[in-house]
Amino acid sequence: MFPGMILFIFLALVVIASSLAMLFSRNTIYAALFLAMNFVTVALLYLLLGAPFIALVQVTVYAGSIMVLFLFVIMMLGAENIPGGESLPGHRVLALILGAVFLLELAMMIAVKGGLFQASMSEVEFSNPALLGEMLFTRYQLLFLVTSVILLAATVGAVLLTRGDKVKSRDLVHPKE
Amino acid sequence: MLGIPISYYLVLSSSMFVIGILGVLLRRNALVTFMSLEMMFNAANLVFVTFAAYHRVLTGQIFVFFVMTVAAAEVAVGLALMVAIFRTKHSIDIDQMSSLKG
Repeated sequence: MFPGMILFIFLALVVIASSLAMLFSRNTIYAALFLAMNFVTVALLYLLLGAPFIALVQVTVYAGSIMVLFLFVIMMLGAENIPGGESLPGHRVLALILGAVFLLELAMMIAVKGGLFQASMSEVEFSNPALLGEMLFTRYQLLFLVTSVILLAATVGAVLLTRGDKVKSRDLVHPKE
Repeated sequence: MLGIPISYYLVLSSSMFVIGILGVLLRRNALVTFMSLEMMFNAANLVFVTFAAYHRVLTGQIFVFFVMTVAAAEVAVGLALMVAIFRTKHSIDIDQMSSLKG
Protein backbone atom coordinates (compact mmCIF):
# COMPACT_ATOMS: atom_id res chain seq x y z
CA MET A 1 0.00 0.00 0.00
CA PHE A 2 2.68 2.43 1.00
CA PRO A 3 4.84 2.59 -2.16
CA GLY A 4 1.71 2.88 -4.31
CA MET A 5 0.47 5.81 -2.27
CA ILE A 6 3.84 7.56 -2.43
CA LEU A 7 3.94 7.12 -6.20
CA PHE A 8 0.39 8.35 -6.60
CA ILE A 9 0.99 11.45 -4.48
CA PHE A 10 4.15 12.30 -6.38
CA LEU A 11 2.43 11.92 -9.76
CA ALA A 12 -0.60 13.88 -8.59
CA LEU A 13 1.61 16.76 -7.46
CA VAL A 14 3.42 16.79 -10.79
CA VAL A 15 0.08 16.81 -12.64
CA ILE A 16 -1.29 19.73 -10.63
CA ALA A 17 1.97 21.67 -10.79
CA SER A 18 2.33 21.31 -14.54
CA SER A 19 -1.28 22.26 -15.20
CA LEU A 20 -0.97 25.36 -13.01
CA ALA A 21 2.29 26.21 -14.75
CA MET A 22 0.56 25.89 -18.10
CA LEU A 23 -2.19 28.18 -16.89
CA PHE A 24 0.08 30.90 -15.60
CA SER A 25 3.04 30.97 -17.97
CA ARG A 26 3.28 33.98 -20.23
CA ASN A 27 5.28 32.31 -22.98
CA THR A 28 3.07 30.09 -25.15
CA ILE A 29 5.81 27.59 -25.94
CA TYR A 30 6.44 27.04 -22.25
CA ALA A 31 2.72 26.45 -21.78
CA ALA A 32 2.71 23.83 -24.54
CA LEU A 33 5.70 22.06 -23.03
CA PHE A 34 4.13 22.06 -19.58
CA LEU A 35 1.01 20.55 -21.09
CA ALA A 36 3.10 17.83 -22.73
CA MET A 37 4.60 17.07 -19.32
CA ASN A 38 1.07 16.91 -17.92
CA PHE A 39 0.07 14.39 -20.56
CA VAL A 40 3.04 12.13 -19.94
CA THR A 41 2.41 12.19 -16.18
CA VAL A 42 -1.24 11.30 -16.69
CA ALA A 43 -0.03 8.41 -18.86
CA LEU A 44 1.98 7.20 -15.86
CA LEU A 45 -1.21 7.42 -13.80
CA TYR A 46 -2.91 5.24 -16.39
CA LEU A 47 -0.15 2.68 -15.92
CA LEU A 48 -0.84 2.78 -12.20
CA LEU A 49 -4.51 2.10 -12.97
CA GLY A 50 -3.73 -0.99 -15.01
CA ALA A 51 -4.29 0.41 -18.50
CA PRO A 52 -0.98 -0.05 -20.32
CA PHE A 53 -2.37 0.26 -23.83
CA ILE A 54 -4.22 3.48 -23.05
CA ALA A 55 -1.09 4.87 -21.41
CA LEU A 56 1.00 4.32 -24.50
CA VAL A 57 -1.75 5.60 -26.78
CA GLN A 58 -1.86 8.73 -24.61
CA VAL A 59 1.86 9.30 -25.01
CA THR A 60 1.74 8.62 -28.74
CA VAL A 61 -1.40 10.53 -29.66
CA TYR A 62 -1.60 13.34 -27.10
CA ALA A 63 1.98 14.11 -26.20
CA GLY A 64 3.42 12.88 -29.46
CA SER A 65 1.18 14.28 -32.15
CA ILE A 66 -1.30 16.77 -30.72
CA MET A 67 1.33 18.73 -28.80
CA VAL A 68 3.71 18.64 -31.74
CA LEU A 69 0.91 20.03 -33.90
CA PHE A 70 0.35 22.79 -31.35
CA LEU A 71 4.03 23.64 -31.27
CA PHE A 72 4.21 23.80 -35.04
CA VAL A 73 1.24 26.16 -35.21
CA ILE A 74 2.58 28.32 -32.36
CA MET A 75 5.90 28.71 -34.07
CA MET A 76 4.29 29.26 -37.45
CA LEU A 77 2.01 32.02 -36.22
CA GLY A 78 4.68 33.60 -34.06
CA ALA A 79 2.44 33.49 -31.02
CA GLU A 80 5.04 33.11 -28.30
CA ASN A 81 4.35 36.32 -26.49
CA ILE A 82 0.96 37.88 -26.64
CA PRO A 83 0.59 40.82 -24.29
CA GLY A 84 -1.59 39.87 -21.38
CA GLY A 85 -4.01 42.04 -19.56
CA GLU A 86 -7.58 41.84 -18.53
CA SER A 87 -10.36 42.31 -21.03
CA LEU A 88 -12.86 43.28 -18.36
CA PRO A 89 -11.89 44.73 -15.01
CA GLY A 90 -12.24 42.26 -12.19
CA HIS A 91 -12.53 39.38 -14.65
CA ARG A 92 -9.55 37.49 -13.36
CA VAL A 93 -10.36 37.69 -9.69
CA LEU A 94 -13.96 36.66 -10.24
CA ALA A 95 -12.93 33.71 -12.42
CA LEU A 96 -10.42 32.51 -9.83
CA ILE A 97 -12.90 32.78 -6.99
CA LEU A 98 -15.66 30.99 -8.89
CA GLY A 99 -13.23 28.32 -10.05
CA ALA A 100 -12.13 27.69 -6.48
CA VAL A 101 -15.74 27.46 -5.34
CA PHE A 102 -16.53 24.97 -8.11
CA LEU A 103 -13.53 22.84 -7.24
CA LEU A 104 -14.48 22.85 -3.58
CA GLU A 105 -18.02 21.78 -4.44
CA LEU A 106 -16.81 18.92 -6.63
CA ALA A 107 -14.29 17.75 -4.04
CA MET A 108 -16.88 17.81 -1.26
CA MET A 109 -19.39 15.89 -3.34
CA ILE A 110 -16.78 13.28 -4.22
CA ALA A 111 -15.59 12.93 -0.66
CA VAL A 112 -19.11 12.53 0.66
CA LYS A 113 -20.39 10.14 -1.99
CA GLY A 114 -17.23 8.35 -3.03
CA GLY A 115 -15.85 7.68 0.34
CA LEU A 116 -12.95 5.31 0.65
CA PHE A 117 -13.96 2.68 -1.84
CA GLN A 118 -10.85 0.72 -2.64
CA ALA A 119 -10.96 -2.33 -4.77
CA SER A 120 -8.09 -4.70 -4.34
CA MET A 121 -6.51 -5.43 -7.65
CA SER A 122 -5.30 -8.97 -8.05
CA GLU A 123 -2.18 -9.66 -10.03
CA VAL A 124 -4.12 -11.09 -12.93
CA GLU A 125 -3.53 -8.89 -15.91
CA PHE A 126 -6.55 -6.74 -16.37
CA SER A 127 -6.17 -5.11 -19.73
CA ASN A 128 -4.01 -5.84 -22.72
CA PRO A 129 -4.28 -4.85 -26.36
CA ALA A 130 -5.71 -8.22 -27.34
CA LEU A 131 -8.70 -7.87 -25.03
CA LEU A 132 -9.24 -4.27 -26.05
CA GLY A 133 -9.01 -5.14 -29.70
CA GLU A 134 -11.48 -7.96 -29.29
CA MET A 135 -14.02 -5.66 -27.67
CA LEU A 136 -13.36 -2.86 -30.13
CA PHE A 137 -13.94 -4.97 -33.21
CA THR A 138 -16.93 -6.93 -31.98
CA ARG A 139 -19.09 -4.92 -29.62
CA TYR A 140 -18.05 -1.41 -30.63
CA GLN A 141 -17.54 -2.03 -34.30
CA LEU A 142 -20.01 0.59 -35.42
CA LEU A 143 -18.38 3.26 -33.25
CA PHE A 144 -15.03 2.30 -34.71
CA LEU A 145 -16.27 2.80 -38.27
CA VAL A 146 -17.93 6.10 -37.34
CA THR A 147 -14.61 7.23 -35.87
CA SER A 148 -12.90 6.54 -39.16
CA VAL A 149 -15.45 8.74 -40.92
CA ILE A 150 -14.80 11.48 -38.33
CA LEU A 151 -11.09 11.31 -39.04
CA LEU A 152 -11.71 11.52 -42.77
CA ALA A 153 -13.93 14.56 -42.27
CA ALA A 154 -11.27 16.20 -40.09
CA THR A 155 -8.57 15.61 -42.68
CA VAL A 156 -10.66 17.03 -45.49
CA GLY A 157 -11.68 19.97 -43.32
CA ALA A 158 -8.15 20.81 -42.28
CA VAL A 159 -6.90 20.76 -45.86
CA LEU A 160 -9.84 22.83 -47.08
CA LEU A 161 -9.47 25.49 -44.39
CA THR A 162 -5.81 26.13 -45.04
CA ARG A 163 -5.98 26.07 -48.78
CA GLY A 164 -5.89 29.84 -49.11
CA ASP A 165 -6.97 31.55 -52.25
CA LYS A 166 -9.22 29.80 -54.64
CA VAL A 167 -7.18 27.72 -57.03
CA LYS A 168 -8.83 26.88 -60.29
CA SER A 169 -8.59 23.21 -60.94
CA ARG A 170 -6.97 23.69 -64.31
CA ASP A 171 -4.13 25.53 -62.55
CA LEU A 172 -3.51 22.45 -60.50
CA VAL A 173 -3.09 20.33 -63.58
CA HIS A 174 -1.24 22.85 -65.73
CA PRO A 175 0.47 25.24 -63.32
CA LYS A 176 0.81 28.83 -64.42
CA GLU A 177 4.43 29.81 -64.87
CA MET B 1 -5.80 0.03 -7.14
CA LEU B 2 -2.77 -0.48 -4.92
CA GLY B 3 -4.92 0.58 -2.00
CA ILE B 4 -5.59 4.10 -3.29
CA PRO B 5 -9.17 5.22 -2.66
CA ILE B 6 -11.11 6.07 -5.77
CA SER B 7 -11.95 9.54 -4.50
CA TYR B 8 -8.29 10.59 -4.73
CA TYR B 9 -8.31 9.97 -8.46
CA LEU B 10 -11.64 11.74 -8.86
CA VAL B 11 -10.49 14.81 -6.94
CA LEU B 12 -7.31 14.93 -9.02
CA SER B 13 -9.26 14.78 -12.24
CA SER B 14 -11.73 17.42 -11.11
CA SER B 15 -8.85 19.76 -10.23
CA MET B 16 -7.42 19.25 -13.70
CA PHE B 17 -10.86 19.98 -15.11
CA VAL B 18 -11.28 23.20 -13.13
CA ILE B 19 -7.78 24.37 -14.08
CA GLY B 20 -8.73 23.74 -17.71
CA ILE B 21 -11.90 25.81 -17.28
CA LEU B 22 -9.87 28.65 -15.80
CA GLY B 23 -7.48 28.44 -18.74
CA VAL B 24 -10.35 28.75 -21.21
CA LEU B 25 -11.78 31.72 -19.34
CA LEU B 26 -8.67 33.65 -18.45
CA ARG B 27 -6.25 33.45 -21.34
CA ARG B 28 -6.43 35.77 -24.30
CA ASN B 29 -4.24 33.68 -26.55
CA ALA B 30 -6.51 31.42 -28.58
CA LEU B 31 -3.93 28.64 -28.71
CA VAL B 32 -3.63 28.47 -24.93
CA THR B 33 -7.44 28.27 -24.79
CA PHE B 34 -7.26 25.22 -27.04
CA MET B 35 -4.61 23.67 -24.86
CA SER B 36 -6.75 24.13 -21.76
CA LEU B 37 -9.57 22.42 -23.62
CA GLU B 38 -7.28 19.46 -24.20
CA MET B 39 -6.57 19.36 -20.50
CA MET B 40 -10.28 19.16 -19.81
CA PHE B 41 -10.53 16.20 -22.17
CA ASN B 42 -7.68 14.62 -20.29
CA ALA B 43 -9.44 15.02 -16.97
CA ALA B 44 -12.51 13.25 -18.36
CA ASN B 45 -10.32 10.45 -19.71
CA LEU B 46 -8.80 9.98 -16.27
CA VAL B 47 -12.26 9.54 -14.75
CA PHE B 48 -13.13 6.93 -17.38
CA VAL B 49 -9.97 4.92 -16.82
CA THR B 50 -10.37 5.17 -13.04
CA PHE B 51 -13.84 3.70 -13.09
CA ALA B 52 -12.76 1.06 -15.58
CA ALA B 53 -10.05 -0.01 -13.17
CA TYR B 54 -12.10 0.05 -10.01
CA HIS B 55 -15.07 -1.84 -11.42
CA ARG B 56 -12.87 -4.01 -13.66
CA VAL B 57 -14.86 -3.34 -16.81
CA LEU B 58 -13.06 -2.62 -20.06
CA THR B 59 -15.71 -0.32 -21.47
CA GLY B 60 -14.14 2.76 -19.88
CA GLN B 61 -10.89 2.21 -21.69
CA ILE B 62 -12.67 1.71 -25.01
CA PHE B 63 -14.42 5.02 -24.53
CA VAL B 64 -11.12 6.72 -23.73
CA PHE B 65 -9.82 5.41 -27.03
CA PHE B 66 -12.70 7.05 -28.87
CA VAL B 67 -12.39 10.31 -26.93
CA MET B 68 -8.72 10.53 -27.87
CA THR B 69 -9.49 9.97 -31.53
CA VAL B 70 -12.20 12.59 -31.66
CA ALA B 71 -10.04 15.04 -29.69
CA ALA B 72 -7.21 14.60 -32.18
CA ALA B 73 -9.60 15.27 -35.08
CA GLU B 74 -10.97 18.33 -33.29
CA VAL B 75 -7.49 19.72 -32.66
CA ALA B 76 -6.60 19.34 -36.31
CA VAL B 77 -9.65 21.24 -37.50
CA GLY B 78 -9.38 23.85 -34.73
CA LEU B 79 -5.77 24.63 -35.50
CA ALA B 80 -6.58 24.87 -39.20
CA LEU B 81 -9.24 27.42 -38.25
CA MET B 82 -6.67 29.35 -36.20
CA VAL B 83 -4.30 29.46 -39.13
CA ALA B 84 -7.07 30.66 -41.43
CA ILE B 85 -8.07 33.37 -38.94
CA PHE B 86 -4.48 34.47 -38.56
CA ARG B 87 -4.21 34.94 -42.29
CA THR B 88 -6.83 37.67 -42.31
CA LYS B 89 -6.51 39.28 -38.90
CA HIS B 90 -2.79 38.74 -38.28
CA SER B 91 -3.47 38.14 -34.63
CA ILE B 92 -4.84 35.34 -32.49
CA ASP B 93 -5.93 37.53 -29.66
CA ILE B 94 -9.43 36.40 -28.72
CA ASP B 95 -10.55 39.93 -27.96
CA GLN B 96 -10.05 40.85 -31.59
CA MET B 97 -12.17 38.03 -32.92
CA SER B 98 -15.38 39.84 -32.17
CA SER B 99 -17.15 39.56 -35.49
CA LEU B 100 -18.02 36.60 -37.63
CA LYS B 101 -16.97 38.30 -40.84
CA GLY B 102 -13.75 36.60 -41.92
